[in-house]
Amino acid sequence: MLGIFKRPVVVTADINLNLVALTGLGLLSRLWRLTYPRAVVFDEVYYGQYISFYMKRIFFLDDSGPPLGHMLLALGGYLGGFDGNFLWNRIGAEYSSNVPVWSLRLLPALAGALSVPMAYQIVSELHFSHCAAMGAALLMLIENALITQSRLMLLESLLIFFNLLAVLSYLKFFNSQRYSPFSLRWWLWLMLTGVACSCSVGIKYMGIFTYLLVLSIAAVHTWHLIGDQTLSNMCVFCHLLARAVGLLVVPAVLYLLFFYTHLKLLHRSGPHDQIMSSAFQASLEGGLARVTQGQPLEVAFGSQVTLKNIFGKPLPCWLHSHQNTYPIIYENGRGSSHQQQVTCYPFKDVNNWWIVKDPGRHQLVVNNPPRPVRHGDIVQLVHGMTTRLLNTHDVAAPLSPHSQEVSCYIDYNISMPAQNLWRLDIVNRESDKDVWKTILSEVRFVHVNTSAVLKLSGAHLPDWGFRQLEVVGEKLSRGHHESMVWNVEEHRYGKSQEQRERELELHSPTQLDISRNLSFMARFLEVQWRMLTLRSEDSEHKYSSTPLEWVTLDTNIVYWLHPRTSAQIHLLGNVVIWVSASLTTVGYALLFIWYLLRRQRSACELPEDAWPNWVLAGALCGGGWALNYLPFFLMDKMLFLYHYLPALTFQILLLPIVLQHISDHLCRSQLQRNLFSALVVAWYSSACHVSSLLRPLTYGDRSLSPGELQALRWKDSWDILIRK
Amino acid sequence: RLLAAPEATTFPTPSISGKRRETTSPRTPRADPLGAVDKNPARLRPARRIILRTGRMPPALGGGLAGSELRPRRGRCGSQAARAVGRDARPDSAAKSPGRPALTSRRLEAVGRWATLALVTLLAFATRFRRLDQPPHICWDETHFGKMGSYYINRTFFFDVHPPLGKMLIGLAGYLSGYDGTFLFQKPGDKYEHHNYMGMRGLCAFLGSWLIPLAYLTVLDLSKSLPAALLAAALLTFDTGCLTLSQYILLDPILMFFIMAAMLSMVKYHSCSDRPFSAPWWCWLSLTGISLAGALGVKFVGLFIILQVGLNTISDLWQLFGDLSLSLVTIGKHLTARILCLIVLPLLLYVAIFAVHITVLNKSGPGDGFFSSAFQARLSGNSLHNASIPEYLAYGSIITVKNLRMAIGYLHSHRHLYPEGIGARQQQVTTYLHKDYNNLWIIKKHNTNEDPLDPSIPVEFVRHGDIIRLEHKETSRNLHSHHHEAPLTRKHYQVTGYGINGTGDSNDFWRIEVVNRKFGDRIKVLRSRIRLIHVVTGCVLGSSGKVLPRWGWEQLEVTCTPYLKETLNSIWNVEDHINPKLPNISLDVLQPSFPEILLESHMVMIRGNNGLKPKDNEFTSKPWHWPINYQGLRFSGANDTDFRVYLLGNPVVWWLNLVSLALYLLSGSAIAVALQRGAQLPAELEGLTRVLLRGGGQLLLGWMLHYFPFFLMGRVLYFHHYFPAMLFSSMLTGILWDTLLRLCAWGLASSPLAGVVHAAGILSLLLGTAYSFYLFHPLAYGMIGPLAQEPQSPMAGLKWLDSWDF
Repeated sequence: MLGIFKRPVVVTADINLNLVALTGLGLLSRLWRLTYPRAVVFDEVYYGQYISFYMKRIFFLDDSGPPLGHMLLALGGYLGGFDGNFLWNRIGAEYSSNVPVWSLRLLPALAGALSVPMAYQIVSELHFSHCAAMGAALLMLIENALITQSRLMLLESLLIFFNLLAVLSYLKFFNSQRYSPFSLRWWLWLMLTGVACSCSVGIKYMGIFTYLLVLSIAAVHTWHLIGDQTLSNMCVFCHLLARAVGLLVVPAVLYLLFFYTHLKLLHRSGPHDQIMSSAFQASLEGGLARVTQGQPLEVAFGSQVTLKNIFGKPLPCWLHSHQNTYPIIYENGRGSSHQQQVTCYPFKDVNNWWIVKDPGRHQLVVNNPPRPVRHGDIVQLVHGMTTRLLNTHDVAAPLSPHSQEVSCYIDYNISMPAQNLWRLDIVNRESDKDVWKTILSEVRFVHVNTSAVLKLSGAHLPDWGFRQLEVVGEKLSRGHHESMVWNVEEHRYGKSQEQRERELELHSPTQLDISRNLSFMARFLEVQWRMLTLRSEDSEHKYSSTPLEWVTLDTNIVYWLHPRTSAQIHLLGNVVIWVSASLTTVGYALLFIWYLLRRQRSACELPEDAWPNWVLAGALCGGGWALNYLPFFLMDKMLFLYHYLPALTFQILLLPIVLQHISDHLCRSQLQRNLFSALVVAWYSSACHVSSLLRPLTYGDRSLSPGELQALRWKDSWDILIRK
Repeated sequence: RLLAAPEATTFPTPSISGKRRETTSPRTPRADPLGAVDKNPARLRPARRIILRTGRMPPALGGGLAGSELRPRRGRCGSQAARAVGRDARPDSAAKSPGRPALTSRRLEAVGRWATLALVTLLAFATRFRRLDQPPHICWDETHFGKMGSYYINRTFFFDVHPPLGKMLIGLAGYLSGYDGTFLFQKPGDKYEHHNYMGMRGLCAFLGSWLIPLAYLTVLDLSKSLPAALLAAALLTFDTGCLTLSQYILLDPILMFFIMAAMLSMVKYHSCSDRPFSAPWWCWLSLTGISLAGALGVKFVGLFIILQVGLNTISDLWQLFGDLSLSLVTIGKHLTARILCLIVLPLLLYVAIFAVHITVLNKSGPGDGFFSSAFQARLSGNSLHNASIPEYLAYGSIITVKNLRMAIGYLHSHRHLYPEGIGARQQQVTTYLHKDYNNLWIIKKHNTNEDPLDPSIPVEFVRHGDIIRLEHKETSRNLHSHHHEAPLTRKHYQVTGYGINGTGDSNDFWRIEVVNRKFGDRIKVLRSRIRLIHVVTGCVLGSSGKVLPRWGWEQLEVTCTPYLKETLNSIWNVEDHINPKLPNISLDVLQPSFPEILLESHMVMIRGNNGLKPKDNEFTSKPWHWPINYQGLRFSGANDTDFRVYLLGNPVVWWLNLVSLALYLLSGSAIAVALQRGAQLPAELEGLTRVLLRGGGQLLLGWMLHYFPFFLMGRVLYFHHYFPAMLFSSMLTGILWDTLLRLCAWGLASSPLAGVVHAAGILSLLLGTAYSFYLFHPLAYGMIGPLAQEPQSPMAGLKWLDSWDF
């Protein structure tokens, strides 16, 4: 107890001034005049609307990535007191005064600034010199494309930050492995690796590439660990377990946590509701929930229902019918049954109501007590407004001639009998005795006579069908597809005997009260699935580019143009850095192959202790580049230059490593070494020069004359706007 | 050791003796006198180099001496690599085992092996050729591939997404068997009647039957165990899926034959690697190359086996490179041999296949439209064949302009206006697939309206970068664009016909540019790829490929796109060209060279493949369905009165394969971890684990390479795409169960059951698959009668999954 007083209280601080300076410079370069331009710049228009949705707690679905990135941007808005009231509709629109531009842009800018000292640390953790580490950080500092991307409400700088953090903390973990496994530090870095990995996956799916990189390097290291026979089996097992927890369990749990927060935050219904299932919509405040709240749960004979197609592509829609009949002869000369059209209609309408009828009885009301419909029951579906029965027969459908036409039967007194019996098939049943439930049950209607299934074909009917969607009967044997599955959305127990009364009833809203809640996992799975399967139609954009154009920087993106002057912001990299980074990657690969070949012939050029460092640096940086770049060749979505930035940061890390290697191992004399250093300094100053030349396009703070702009157009493929 | 020999002689099953040899092998180098010397390799190295140099000579002189090289090489290898041990073991242990009984047992064993091979082959042929003529109507894709075979016999040009070898072989088989190519192959279910289809089916069944002996030999070579090979062969023989797929006119049996042939030859040349450059080595190496060319020539799926052979070759070369006893010159020779046999030879063959394809098909046919105008000029019967037109475009020329993307057609206009509400109410401009007067345009200078055909005006050629005006010949309206939305693609501008008698406004001006050319170049008919850039808005003339509604006569939309990206939609070429002031030249001059034809065919094939996109609202087969045998394909018939054939794997075989994959991964990783932890395995186990890790690993790689890439493919997929992977998976099952049972037997070594466990296990697996084949054979050989859910059906009770449909 008294021991404390015997010695003076000493705090030993170990401050690396390099780091402090780099952080300061990073902050300066990223935060300088952050609120300029006070207008919507490029993709801010896209992310901004999601920020607004968060502020207003309105549910949305964005297929571009998991929600963490959006939430972080929204956090900036929250801290700045943004109320979400801004119309994000046009690039270049001035921000109104209620938009806290500075705090919205702050987080990405901080992430961009901190990437600079992190680059320094990664290179020094790879056991390369301080000079090399400084080099990497300084290159990150002056890279124009990274600056532009971090100064706006965009996700790339956050992604890069977490990528680097994952790599850095893994390296720290790996380095502390040697002397102090299972120490606090060791655990800390291991867990941080997992956290950073899941954050980068949570910001963009692209983060998976870095996660895979860390995982595979960790796997190789673990494999070596297994081979280490000085460790006991128990010890190895503990190592394996710790890694599994840190690198697999923690990221998975965090990933779920992101979605949990996301869904907790967004509890109001909004414009994207339609994409989701009825059950999901019903779990949101307002929207469908307001309608379905209080509906009876079990569908009974006599129930009035609307039926929504589960697949909902090309449009979410409800089973529909109306007075009009199929034309006797189609345009292509085929004939039809001339019976009443049955379609799928993407809007709420009184004609979407159907009544579930027991074939054995004539009434269209629900008994007391209600007799629920079960899996396997035979039902008839009566169209509410026309009281005609849903029917299908061996007549080719209007647009899908291989399927059967579905109609509401009109008795023309010709030899075409009604075939209106359907067997109810609950797809997600738990037992064969399950009851058909509103919203929750996913059902198929199997036609009794022809074993055809009611299906949304996805084709739009021509003008005679009012461009509604075609509904057909397809043979059960053609395979199961979600477009055959329907669910009840609105539901009420029918009470009126008379048709006129019933029409009034159909027009009135549903009542009664049962609340139902979807579990988090169900909601998560649905959101995740929709995100992955949602496909946007757009396949053209003025500034989209191909991966091949990125390496040589043959393309740029105009982010913003001042409404009056010719000040403009571009996503445009520092050509010197891009080209030399690509060259050094090639250089590394060649050198590596050469060393590998020599080693296989038992001739070791490198000292034994330098080789593992050289390999690890290449695997992390070169591998990181390849993993973040090459998969884009397989993607057929729209790609932009900014997709290359994560790969570029890895390339930039590799650059000083290769340079140091050349100076250490390939320069044979002191003279050569000095000469090489001089070259490197000259090269770096040229990079700085280029960076300052491009600065006006990075910050957009200065209006350039047409002549100056023309002079900056170094490549014909660059799109620089010149006012005439 | 003495125990081993009597056992081998008393036990007639060759398997047991095979096992003994295998298991004792790791000991032999240690006992070998040559091996004993190796304990001090440093001292011996120079001497060895000398042996090496002298030993290297004979094969260069002649293959006959190759055998003599065996001995010194093996001695050298003794210390350096475990890889040689397994293969070297045979002669060593034979030399060491007590002389005579071993020799007779060896002879017996050889006879036994040949007998089993013969038996396996016979059974394969018997099952594949049984009821080959049934059903006598077109089944499933026979309608495509039979038709394409007929095209070869009739020499009409067609287009398919696969390379031509498979269809060429089918055509050849048909031709040789006396089929005259007159059957139309219109749709599945059409009766063949008097047409001779057995030749074509026979070829497929013949190649399909060879799969089984090939698999047998591959497994035998990888595992050195007869039961494993027998099991693999039985799995494939008794698989109803393989059987069905081999009985019809399809590409798959041909493809799988080449894949398996490549696999076997690769395995064989690896096992010859102790005597490189000997005759069998060269033979297997070049056979590998030939089979690779065959596989790629049938379908692009052949790329996966090429990848496998490539990976193996690289690792093989890497090992050789690390062998310090080999000089760099020798390694260079190895490298050259592989480049020659595995790259140059297949490439030559592949190109030769295309050369034959193109020379044979010289008549115009249904495939013309997929190819460029210049390509079509080769085909007799095509309107461009033997035509003669002026070579360079000049002002006043009357031309047709064709889009470079396939199935878009010619730039077209007609006397109909865009309807109210869709852009400006001006004359429609579309693309049209057929030849028509309304496709003709006159090319004029932008600033004058004088008639360039006036004899007093000298001919002036159109050059790259010129500003021109295109006047529609029939209606005298100019090609025009402006800032109105295009009818379907809202982000593009509308293109119309505008002006009266050629007088319009500045929105009629277009800059003509040749792709990849310099300023001022002349524009060549057919060959130049041109873009038309609208001068005022800077957009590019293109076709979106979308079909216009009825007001546009269901022709395709033409737009002016503001996105300057180079896509084929916005590149055009001039096809017809009429200009009386210019001399006509024969189109033969413009015909593409063979490399260009080759390139174009591949571009068109790749585009065709990418175009096979699944529809949103249709059921499509997913790769994860396949290994679990989720759903089959209906080859023929649907109703209970039809003759029904249903392509479905034998569920017992397939599910056994699935279980084996999981077991393999489990046992493989357990062994790998144990080895990495430095566990010392007994000698017998070491041999078994090597077979499991090496041989099994090879097959696992094959399975993965032939399966996983399908997850990345965007095109429509079918169940039968899994079959090449299934072959590998069955072979793996053979090796796995044999090894596991041997491990069991070893574990029970003390009890008298030891010998029985292995034999009983293998036997029950063999009988089990045979019985399941007996149950499911109607799927392949055809069934008539009620569907499986009816109790009186021949398949009653066998519909184990709801998704099966027979």
